[in-house]
Amino acid sequence: MKKVAIVATGLTKFNKTEKSLDSIMLSSIKSLFENTRNLDQKDIDVVLTSTNANKNYLANIISELSGIKPKISHSVESLCNSGTNSLVSACAYVSSGLSETALVVGGEKTDSPGLVLNWDMSRGEFKHPIFWASMFTSAHMRKYNTSLEDLAYVSIKNHNNALDNPYAYFEKLFSLDDVMHSKNLTENIRQLDCSMPCDGSAAVLICSEEKAMKYTDAPIWITGIGQKTISASFTKNNDLTSMESTKTAVADAYKMSHKTSKDVDVAELHDAFSVCEIIELEDMEFCQKGHGAKFVRELYDTGNKKINPRGGLIGAGHPLGATGIAQVVEIYQQLSGKAQKRQVSSAKTGLVHNMSAGSTSSTVLVLES
Amino acid sequence: MTRFEDELKNNNFVCSECVKCKHLVWPPSDYCNKCFGDVIWRPVSKKATLVEFSSKDGKLFCIGEFENNIRVFGTLEGNSNLIRGQNLTLKYCNYDEMPKFVFQTD
Ligand SMILES: [Zn+2]
Repeated sequence: MKKVAIVATGLTKFNKTEKSLDSIMLSSIKSLFENTRNLDQKDIDVVLTSTNANKNYLANIISELSGIKPKISHSVESLCNSGTNSLVSACAYVSSGLSETALVVGGEKTDSPGLVLNWDMSRGEFKHPIFWASMFTSAHMRKYNTSLEDLAYVSIKNHNNALDNPYAYFEKLFSLDDVMHSKNLTENIRQLDCSMPCDGSAAVLICSEEKAMKYTDAPIWITGIGQKTISASFTKNNDLTSMESTKTAVADAYKMSHKTSKDVDVAELHDAFSVCEIIELEDMEFCQKGHGAKFVRELYDTGNKKINPRGGLIGAGHPLGATGIAQVVEIYQQLSGKAQKRQVSSAKTGLVHNMSAGSTSSTVLVLES
Repeated sequence: MTRFEDELKNNNFVCSECVKCKHLVWPPSDYCNKCFGDVIWRPVSKKATLVEFSSKDGKLFCIGEFENNIRVFGTLEGNSNLIRGQNLTLKYCNYDEMPKFVFQTD
């Protein structure tokens, strides 16, 4: 397999607008082109789009709007991990030699059809994501004595981090009290424990080692990939204090990159709800099982931005098809030393975790400078 | 409308069982997801166990497990001293765009 480099990124502000999906996606591509030297539309031979918007022929529409005539172009949909799924597909094209330079762009509107899990007979009428999140929360609270206050610290930490991210949806500081007293959606999920659906787009350009230096002096390498789907139905994840697909995906990504959690300097984790970040920290071996809440508290108390420096999904917003790619953009910036106020000092190895539908599917990427 | 949905509408919870390997196929399907064998529709036991629970606006909801295999979300009626793993009974089921299950504590 050939080495694959990330050489450029583009991002839009996450917000709620009247703009069309096409226009939002085009905006992140425009920003990518404006930030990249020597990049010509003719260089790009693959265009992959990721969204939950059920839009026919989207990759070709976006290609035409961008003045690109790709060899390979198609859309990738896998609910909330659509973004990293599309990047994994693009990596396969480049590492196999089928493509030299691939553009991956994800986008979503606030009213995405991906927000309602209406295909799953197991979920029945409980098709809103808060219900699976509430089950994970109940299980973790019982087994590990995780408290509502512990969960709130995930939210305040990530909202706090989002204050230094000019592209984040939220621009407000939330206190422990704000989270504890935000509206109860279930007995253990409050409004501020949830990620916010919004408009947004993110784009990355990847290419072969031979082409990388044309566009940047400091490419970031994709050295580990793990992706696993256990089911479409939520109820196949037997242990509700854990995420089976995440454990498999991260083991594969660590193995491929010859890294462990100890090597990771900075990580973007898929905090669709507060409890997710706690479980993911444990399942990805950043701490022992049952110690996720303590780990989050230490990060918060010491102002450590190692986990979810851009604010995670809770602070930055969650435009489904864009989220995984926006996570990759953040780690690219961190490893490039360009994350400004969010910068984790001398970060060399980064990790992205993106999952969908109650962790029935997960993607993990290891990136290195 | 599938047989599964039709039966749920009549308050019968049925699922597909493989005629070749006897696997109970969930979610319901026209073929076995272990061996691709043909399936027959058979009633699922009304006995379930409580996997996990929570509540919304004071109303309990849970995941119940049938026959050590099929897990579904449903509403939960009964006493509040719930213990994970305790026995439940399927009190009622229906289908209206999505399945609806109502469990009761024993
Ligand atoms: Zn079979």
